Amino acid sequence: MILVQLFASFFKIGLFSFGGGYAMISLIADEIFKYQWLSQSEFVRIIGIAGMTPGPIAINSATFVGYKMAGFAGAFFATLGVSMPSFFLVLALAGTLFRHADHPLLIQILKGMKPVVAGLIFAAAVTVGKSTLAEFNVNGGLHLNWPTIAIAVIVLTLSLRTKVHPILLIVFSGILGFAAHFLTGISIG
Amino acid sequence: MHIYFELFSSFFKIGMFTFGGGFAMLPLIEKEMVVRKKWIGRDEIMDLFAAAQAIPGAIAINVASFIGYKIAGKKGSFMATLGVILPSFMIIIAVAALFMQIADAWQVAAVFNGINGGVVAMILISGFRMARSGIVDRITATLFTVTLIAVIFLGVSPIYLILLGAAVGLLRYAIEKKHSKEAGDGE
Repeated sequence: MILVQLFASFFKIGLFSFGGGYAMISLIADEIFKYQWLSQSEFVRIIGIAGMTPGPIAINSATFVGYKMAGFAGAFFATLGVSMPSFFLVLALAGTLFRHADHPLLIQILKGMKPVVAGLIFAAAVTVGKSTLAEFNVNGGLHLNWPTIAIAVIVLTLSLRTKVHPILLIVFSGILGFAAHFLTGISIG
Repeated sequence: MHIYFELFSSFFKIGMFTFGGGFAMLPLIEKEMVVRKKWIGRDEIMDLFAAAQAIPGAIAINVASFIGYKIAGKKGSFMATLGVILPSFMIIIAVAALFMQIADAWQVAAVFNGINGGVVAMILISGFRMARSGIVDRITATLFTVTLIAVIFLGVSPIYLILLGAAVGLLRYAIEKKHSKEAGDGE
């Protein structure tokens, strides 16, 4: 049953995601939290790993979530699910799209979806940020995770000001996180 | 070498060695297909990249399927797609199996305390980029705001918002067409 669910969920994600990997995070989060497959912090870690390993983020996160839920078979069905809509749409539309990629109807539809995709990416930042930059403790108080916030700001600045490869920046943020553990002397994570 | 195997191995290589997701693959795919294999012209591949972004799904898979189809039909499409997926699939299974063993270690928690910050920054950057190219007038700005509120505060499924964006685009096309027709009639 879980295999069918994984396949169906990732098929849906593959069918409705436009604008690349980060735009897909909101869709994946929606499915994962609906079925309560993973906790927020588990999901966020998977996104981190999916972004650091080679290959498309969509495939990486589908394979990882599937593996975590149901081992090799889970990984297989989740990956199959997220890839199938693309593959069959290409086979069905290849001829038409080669000729009409600049049709005004298609351009208008993509123009309408682009701001939505932008919104979905910011929503993904909120989903990831909510469980990492801050946390609510048991008595309802808000605890800000200052080391992680500082690292986010540093990476954001470096990314805007320099041309360092994004992957190196993520590796660098991991090293900073490890260093912060000793600098702050508090148990975090 | 047989064309199907060549397609598979080209895309396998690209999938194996590209860090940073589907968009990061495009320059490598261009180099392999246009410069090294000479299967496709430069203009043609740009059209393919545009078509790949017009359909849903992972950019890398869309591009591989399109190029495989263009060069060697349905079987070619299958082999190219399989090639680009397989490295990710194998690497992630190895990483996931290893990671599940060490996930509870404090060192992992400490490292991820940093990585999480880095990931938030990367997502924000990609959001800024998409917003800059996607928000061009009052209607697109409204769509952006509606999406933020609906997804973050109301928990609406992203799928409905994608459909809303497509519907607004369709409507604008219909209005544009009506106007140009009226303008044409007036002549």
